[in-house]
Amino acid sequence: MRYLAVIKIAFRALRRNKLRTVLTMLGIIFGVGAVIAVVALGRGAKVQVQARIASLGQNLIQIFSGSVNRGGVFTGFGGAGTLTVEDADAIQNEVPGVQAVSPEVRTGAQIAAGENNWSTQVMGEDVDYLVIRDWDMAEGNMFTDSDVRTTAKVCVLGKTTANQLFPDGGAVGQIIRIKNVPVKVLGVLWPKGSSAFGQDQDDTVIVPYTTGMKRFAGVTMLRSINVSAANASDLTDVQNAITDLLRQRHRIQPGHDDDFIIRNQQDLAETQSATADTLTGLLVGVAAISLIVGGIGIMNIMLVSVTERTREIGIRMAVGARGRDIRLQFLIEAVTLSSIGGFLGILLGINLHSIMSFVVKALGWMNIHNAVLTTFATGPTLVSVSIIVIAFMSSAVVGVIAGFYPAWKASQLDPIEALRYE
Amino acid sequence: MKPVIKLENVQKTYQTGEVEVKAVRGVSLEIFPGEFVALMGASGSGKSTMMNTLGCLDRPTGGKYYLDDIDVSQLDRDELADIRNQKIGFVFQGFNLLSRTSALENVELPMLYARQRIEGSSQRERALKALDIVGLSQRSEHTPNQLSGGQQQRVAIARALSNQPTLLLADEPTGNLDSQTSIEIMGVFQKLNEQGITIVMVTHELDIAQYTRRMIVMRDGLVVSDSPVTNRLSAEVESQKLKQEQTAANLAR
Repeated sequence: MRYLAVIKIAFRALRRNKLRTVLTMLGIIFGVGAVIAVVALGRGAKVQVQARIASLGQNLIQIFSGSVNRGGVFTGFGGAGTLTVEDADAIQNEVPGVQAVSPEVRTGAQIAAGENNWSTQVMGEDVDYLVIRDWDMAEGNMFTDSDVRTTAKVCVLGKTTANQLFPDGGAVGQIIRIKNVPVKVLGVLWPKGSSAFGQDQDDTVIVPYTTGMKRFAGVTMLRSINVSAANASDLTDVQNAITDLLRQRHRIQPGHDDDFIIRNQQDLAETQSATADTLTGLLVGVAAISLIVGGIGIMNIMLVSVTERTREIGIRMAVGARGRDIRLQFLIEAVTLSSIGGFLGILLGINLHSIMSFVVKALGWMNIHNAVLTTFATGPTLVSVSIIVIAFMSSAVVGVIAGFYPAWKASQLDPIEALRYE
Repeated sequence: MKPVIKLENVQKTYQTGEVEVKAVRGVSLEIFPGEFVALMGASGSGKSTMMNTLGCLDRPTGGKYYLDDIDVSQLDRDELADIRNQKIGFVFQGFNLLSRTSALENVELPMLYARQRIEGSSQRERALKALDIVGLSQRSEHTPNQLSGGQQQRVAIARALSNQPTLLLADEPTGNLDSQTSIEIMGVFQKLNEQGITIVMVTHELDIAQYTRRMIVMRDGLVVSDSPVTNRLSAEVESQKLKQEQTAANLAR
């Protein structure tokens, strides 16, 4: 029996009961659509996280002061002042493989320029900070070593801050007031976008760390130290060397906890990717279950169909159809059903992002903090060919599995009984 | 001349629970090419079982059945399906056409299951030819619900002819039809028989059986009489007579 003829028969049988066919397909459509959409979202999130982490800078190692165990309570990043400028110098001078070091302090501050003012984060850094963070100037220049030594009242602005204070541009050379201290703007940074944690990295003012410590934050200890390793392959070695050095300098006995937290960019990337992967896996699992439910729907309908068409099966057998011809016919019908469902599901999955964006915009749902809705609507998506192929294949496989038992049942019918069936 | 059908002491016993039902108790007969046989009997006589056996829908539990020199009593399900496909054309009482499927496609159905593949174009050609034989080539695209009972039965006959079978088996082919249409259908059978096609027809109506050439009567699973039809009716003549009667009745009114 020719396959083309069988497919034609399958299509006719499916057309005969359009509503039933569409309802049966819905299970597969939603199942496949959900798998495609979720995987696209997961991959998009992963790529975005990786891009953000890469934007932290090349081969970055961050040492945060803090996490001292005080009566069982761990304080967070920068929670306890344990890092000193001398620690930073020691890392620069004593640890091999270190390319650049920048001590860091931070404080929130109100900044004013003319009649504009803005509340932002003031970061005290060393000159090499931009090297470590792989960050370039858009206009003007970075402050110099001599500015750092002399606690100079100079700064560079992040793009967001610059736009807020100087909407018409021309920030370089102007004087702004940070906590009422006049500070000269030396330059404006390239926009860097949001960080791995979703913060706007351009909403900042960078001043020499000495200036930050004395004039703005009023601290003697550092929040953190940013280090970049010369080679990515040395990252772990450099990190271990820094840990040893700091433990020695802080006189921490073996067996006691560090009074600082050390992280490198690779760890961060791996952790974040792993989180994204776990979440995606979970959602795909849920979506796959709906595909199975869709398969059960197909099986159910195919069983009904076999019973309804007992007489047709009898006629076909009487004119010479073998059991396997009948089996093939119903199997192909089930696979056709699930494959069309799969195809429509792929279309749905690919376009779900746009559909949701449209719906959310049209209804103004953005105000409602529905994480799922807004994530589907605004999250980055990345549809891959492989997942489309996999989704289509699985819908076809679901059809084969769901159709097999009904088809087998049909092929086992006795032609005499089947012909007599009313 | 070799017989198309040769039965040697064919028996069929059904096992229904504890009870054994002997539907056919040993039938031996031969049917030769070109014959037109009516298989008659009351219900329970075993004629339906005989029909199923002759049609290779079922196997006898005893004896031998040779169809076209092939011992079909030993074949398995698939082989029986092939025999039905190649050697037998069925015509049923309830027509048994596929609904919502055109007459042409209904006639093509047996060719779809032919072991030797038939090209789509020649398949269509053969189906149209079969429809032409039964006088329905003008209605090839009509579906069964657009056709009258007699026309549906003609489509069924065309379907039975499409694989050029050795034997045409008809099971109460006029059971669902009025008398005039019955005569028409018998006319089709007579015409086919004159062209040399072997026909076996199960019926319980004596007047229908009289259009055939040979009458086999069964009772309690055995053949009780097997004789040529003496006062054979011609569908053409009968149809004329019926028309005249109707005209007369109309005039009298």
